[in-house]
Amino acid sequence: MTTTTPSRSTGIGRVLIAVYALLALAATGRSVFQILDDFAEAPVAYALSALAAVVYIVATVALVTPGAAWYRVAWITISFELAGVLVVGLLSIVDPVLFPAKTVWSMFGRGYAFVPLVLPVLGMLWLYRRRPRASAPTAAGTTAA
Amino acid sequence: MIEWFAWAQLAVAIPAGLLCIGLGLFGRRPADLTMGATALVEVLLVVQLVVALLAPAFGNTASGSGLEFWVYLVTAAVIPPLAIVWGLVDRTRWSTVVLGVANLAVAVMVYRMYQIWFVQVA
Repeated sequence: MTTTTPSRSTGIGRVLIAVYALLALAATGRSVFQILDDFAEAPVAYALSALAAVVYIVATVALVTPGAAWYRVAWITISFELAGVLVVGLLSIVDPVLFPAKTVWSMFGRGYAFVPLVLPVLGMLWLYRRRPRASAPTAAGTTAA
Repeated sequence: MIEWFAWAQLAVAIPAGLLCIGLGLFGRRPADLTMGATALVEVLLVVQLVVALLAPAFGNTASGSGLEFWVYLVTAAVIPPLAIVWGLVDRTRWSTVVLGVANLAVAVMVYRMYQIWFVQVA
């Protein structure tokens, strides 16, 4: 009994990866600017921006890199993103004072056309479709699609 | 930043983005038309880079944060070349869609740069 992890970088998954890379770039850019500009103004929000940027970068790498371990990393980072956008999105509406400055996740990612809210869901659907399948040795040759 | 030039960039990047996404979903692989459109978007960004470097010397300065403007501009200028390399390496229709997404992302960033330069009062 062996498991095979299908490639995550085929077909429309490539567009997903490209959008992840773009978001990683956007989040990194914003974070670099915020930290250079005035970190003391809102340390929590700016540290969160930096954390979000790192998570997007790791998620992008995890989507590109083959193997079961990276598949797990992809799930962890994408789940973290969904939790982040939901928690920070909610907090930024309920308690704006807590997040005086913008992050990618503020207002459910409104500043980024809600891409940060939609992307983790699409990412999870994609990961589920490309999940590792248990393949019996006898059937391995015939079921591999 | 010169106002009409920013609009010209948008007038190129948005149709280029929609064209690439359309042709990509239609099943076309990256070709001269889509790669060329993306290259044109990049050329305009390089021109914008030069304009933004020289403009302050002529009294045309950003109303918002200059640092934020430059982070946007440099990041935007990196995107089309990466998308073009992607299109050269991965010869599938999805690369054409990626070119389109890249062009639209540049359009959004140019619009943000426009806001920072002309609208925002820091």
